[in-house]
Amino acid sequence: MLDKQAAEAVLNEALKLGPPIEVVSELVSLALNRIGEDWENGKLALSQVYMSGVICEELIDKVMPPQSPVRKSQPKMAIGVFEDYHMLGKRIIYSSLRASGFELTDLGGGLSIDKLVEFVQRDNIKILLLSVLMLPSALHVKDLKQKLNGSDVKIVVGGAPFRFDDQLWKEVGVDACGATVADAVNIVNKMMEEL
Amino acid sequence: MNSNTMTPMQRVLTALSHNEPDRVPMFLLLSLHGAKELGLSIKDYFSTGENVAEGQIRLQKKFQNDCYYTFFHAPLEIEAFGGEVIYSNDGPPNSGIPFIRNVEQIMQLEAPKISEAKMLHKVLEATKKLYIASAGNIPIIGVVMSPFSLPVMQMGFDKYLDIMHSRSDLFEHLMQVNEEFCVNWANAQLEAGATAICYFDPVSSPTIITRDKYLETGFEIAKRTLARIKGPTATHFASGKALPVADLLPQTGTAVIGASSMEDLSDLKAAFQKKLTILGNLNGIEMRRWTAEQARQEVRTAIHKAATGGGFILSDNHGEIPYQVPDEVLLAISDAVREFGSYLIK
Repeated sequence: MLDKQAAEAVLNEALKLGPPIEVVSELVSLALNRIGEDWENGKLALSQVYMSGVICEELIDKVMPPQSPVRKSQPKMAIGVFEDYHMLGKRIIYSSLRASGFELTDLGGGLSIDKLVEFVQRDNIKILLLSVLMLPSALHVKDLKQKLNGSDVKIVVGGAPFRFDDQLWKEVGVDACGATVADAVNIVNKMMEEL
Repeated sequence: MNSNTMTPMQRVLTALSHNEPDRVPMFLLLSLHGAKELGLSIKDYFSTGENVAEGQIRLQKKFQNDCYYTFFHAPLEIEAFGGEVIYSNDGPPNSGIPFIRNVEQIMQLEAPKISEAKMLHKVLEATKKLYIASAGNIPIIGVVMSPFSLPVMQMGFDKYLDIMHSRSDLFEHLMQVNEEFCVNWANAQLEAGATAICYFDPVSSPTIITRDKYLETGFEIAKRTLARIKGPTATHFASGKALPVADLLPQTGTAVIGASSMEDLSDLKAAFQKKLTILGNLNGIEMRRWTAEQARQEVRTAIHKAATGGGFILSDNHGEIPYQVPDEVLLAISDAVREFGSYLIK
């Protein structure tokens, strides 16, 4: 059972002990990671992962509003749904990354290769997270990667085809693939160190 | 005795009654490969029922398939509601931006009438042609989206989860509309000659919602809806897991469960023994890059785990084999079913 009021009470107690960014890293990220892992293990359902991400995002926005200087300093990052409009996975990762203190642009859904290339170049995006539902779209990521050849953007993918074939992300030549919220946070943290 | 002494219909009905037929039945759920057979684009292929019927007849012969599959694509139902279908050159059509932009629109939503939804008539045309072609020997599998899962395309998954958890008035109305449509659509396919209806209900899978929420929602909806469908039904979670609700699924009135490749067939067999027939669970995504030998071994393993005593139909785990899976792999699967699936030579 998800209890927003209880979550807020726990967060408020924790905020008495340290600065928001530390509380977010040590408490909220940890909680979201655990929730993501429990979904992976079959202990929780996707609806709970989604609702927990939305609740955390809302609570964290109160203490660390968007553009707040206390949010993590980071390279430009964006997230979107490639070639269709099934937004749930993207929404979960977007909420969870924001609740973990990151700031990122939501590019929406139904994104074509040309549109993504335009966004990456226009906004100087350094980390591009893509949610993909269908196998053909997953295979088209390879074409996107080729079109972005020469750019220093790092591409991270996630979604059903990559969950059912763990070699697919390497085949399409992206930089990383994540299955859970924890993966997304870890991958982004690692990339930030490298950039 | 060779492994083809029964017609596909006899073979499937025997398996469904939890007895052993001549060999393991095989459903290659090929909704898109017919376009390749006919040398058409996917969009042109789906432009007539005649194309789809011809595609299914050719595929059944080519792979010795044990069914005809009249599924076009999921967004067809969205088109009936006035939504958008986006065609692709190398995959299933997708639904466009959800047509319910504001959740308050739900209260004005009405179920489309089958008689007025011309895009659905193509499916009925294909079904009628296949009914004649089958001469009662090959089961024809029709498809509906469940009332509980259709909203993912109608309004988007996030908004749907929001109303499911916090706006019972909107949720109940949407389910009433969708149930009416689903029952009428299923029964129209049965009247046209479909042998059974596959009820696609991925949102009910424990991968997506909790067991408690399922008991409140998808479970009750399935019981009500399946009871009004005038023919046998199979439930498919489209790659979602089923084991945590294994005790509940038989109570919905379904005869079959589509199994995920993320669950072990031995566990599924133990859970559904003599209660539901298992349909599955070859990994359709990986299948694209299998060698013929890999395909053979995957089939061998699946049959070893789930075929004893009947109650098993070999198939993929999603209810649709991707367009990218080559014929060589499909032929290897078909050959392997004959090699390992005979109940008489073990």
